[in-house]
Amino acid sequence: MSFFTKFPAMERGDLRDLKKGIDSSFKDFSRYWGESIETFFDPLFYFLVNFEKLLLATPWPIIILIVAALSYIGSRSWKLSLGAAVSFLLIGYLGMWENTMSTVALISVATIICIAVGIPIGIAMSKSDRLQAMITPVLDIMQTIPIFVYLLPVVMLLGIGKVPGLIAVCVYAMPPIVRLTNLGLRLVDKEILEAADAFGSNYRQRLFSVQLPLALPNIFAGVNQTIMMALAMVVIASMIGVKGLGVPVLQSIQNQYLALGLMNGLAIVALAIIFDRVSQQYGKRLQRHREGGHDV
Amino acid sequence: MSDYKIEIKNLYKIFGPNDKSMVDLVANGMSKQELLDQHKHVLGLRDVNIGISANSINVIMGLSGSGKSTLIRHINRLIEPTVGEIIVDGDDVLAMNPERIRDFRRFGASMVFQKFGLMPHRTVLENCMYGLNIQGVETGDAEKRAKHWLNRVGLSGFEDRFPAQLSGGMQQRVGLARALATDADILLMDEAFSALDPLIRADMQGILLDLQSELHKTIVFITHDLDEALRIGDDIAILRDGELIQKGNPQSIVLKPADDYVADFTKDVNRARVLTLNTLSHGSGKKKGLPLNSDLSIEEAMQEMIVSDHNLVTVMKEGKSIGQVSLNDMVAAIAKPKTTESGEANAYR
Repeated sequence: MSFFTKFPAMERGDLRDLKKGIDSSFKDFSRYWGESIETFFDPLFYFLVNFEKLLLATPWPIIILIVAALSYIGSRSWKLSLGAAVSFLLIGYLGMWENTMSTVALISVATIICIAVGIPIGIAMSKSDRLQAMITPVLDIMQTIPIFVYLLPVVMLLGIGKVPGLIAVCVYAMPPIVRLTNLGLRLVDKEILEAADAFGSNYRQRLFSVQLPLALPNIFAGVNQTIMMALAMVVIASMIGVKGLGVPVLQSIQNQYLALGLMNGLAIVALAIIFDRVSQQYGKRLQRHREGGHDV
Repeated sequence: MSDYKIEIKNLYKIFGPNDKSMVDLVANGMSKQELLDQHKHVLGLRDVNIGISANSINVIMGLSGSGKSTLIRHINRLIEPTVGEIIVDGDDVLAMNPERIRDFRRFGASMVFQKFGLMPHRTVLENCMYGLNIQGVETGDAEKRAKHWLNRVGLSGFEDRFPAQLSGGMQQRVGLARALATDADILLMDEAFSALDPLIRADMQGILLDLQSELHKTIVFITHDLDEALRIGDDIAILRDGELIQKGNPQSIVLKPADDYVADFTKDVNRARVLTLNTLSHGSGKKKGLPLNSDLSIEEAMQEMIVSDHNLVTVMKEGKSIGQVSLNDMVAAIAKPKTTESGEANAYR
């Protein structure tokens, strides 16, 4: 009867050996390949470091001007642009300028990487149902697996620092842009694609003159989601040695510094709202042509 | 080379995974329904043979599901055939490699779609330039040509609008201008006017006829509307269940329907507008009647007769009288033939 009351699990010794085997083989792998993988990510490291340095070396009024200008270009709204400038002034006044610049650098680089890698993957997925069936579960894993579970092997391979933090952020933030690029391209009206074919477009002409422009609103929603998810990872990235607004938040959790946590947390929220509103407004403007009416 | 611009020979299209192995079954007379029930394949086209003359409007007509849209998409190979040949200017389209197909679509045949197929993110002008962009025409030149054609379809001043800001009729004029701008000899029109309301449709038919009287393109026009077919068609082919049933000029379709299916189609037609004096003309033409050109429709002839108070017409062709038609002849021809006595209509041939 013990068969029914006690789950027929693997022998404890065997299980331990299995786990040990996996651990030791990964350790061997990381000992053998760690160095070369680190070298592979070197350009990324220098890019991130230099971008951060550039932000920190630039006089603050210029940064605020750039923030206000970019917000205006994106959203065409003075209110939003003014709000962004005021938020940055307040952040600086409360002594969070350097951490904010580090976070902005991390988020920007992570977003650029996600776009550069994610959009081509999304395009490839939209072309092939088989590829879609293969990549979708990978994206599900990337989004749902507890972050610490993949943080560990990344740290084992690359140690603690900016690059592993950046990779962790990208793993978590990339799925939306891949998914929404794929979806956007698949949703493009078949009739319009047929028209493009009927006029003799080749694959490249069809992709760049018809498919991508029509999928742009969806792709842009993906970019927006990617930025938001990258920001959500800031605190966790600070656990593996990424500088930025996450570090003081982590400190405040460990030491019960309420005010410190609140201020830095709100700074992250402010960044999120600025990024989100600007990119959403920009995305909306991309859809102007969908509006009907004869008086436009 | 044959007399036809486009020649479709023994074309079969069967939808399904093993389409090639189904051809023999279909060729041996298996019906569409049997094929679907027994083999889960859908018959699209069965042994279609049509010659399409150059410089004329060739209408392909049928109800939905008759395979007409499938057929027109074979001409520029948007749909791959199961077996068959489509010869355009001596070249088999179905044997072309992808590169040559693209060239043929760019320079040889352009298309107008039922739901317009305009690109919503491009302005009217940019839409009209699309084919030229694909051809690689330099932008300034493309813009000039696109503007010329927009002007020809009456859309000057709308260049910077987006398609969503235009009415259906105007959108389809953009579609027409876009197709004409590529200067292709062949114009494929897939139910181009079917999505428009009747007044706009008549308007568009007028525009097309005007343009054609000057451009002399080879137009393949798909429609399910017999009135439209009779108005614009130089030649009409009727499809049913993927099979060609009858092909001929509008008058022969109305006067000599090949079977009940076609007769059903034609029974509500305004015969006075389709039939010409030429078809009714008989006798020596020596009697003195109102001299009228043989190309006039009966409707037009009757109007002339009423105005000038005649009841006999002398039919004139190239300045000579070739026969006569009385008012009674006309009334008899217009009166709907009873379905049981379809032979009566044939008396006038």
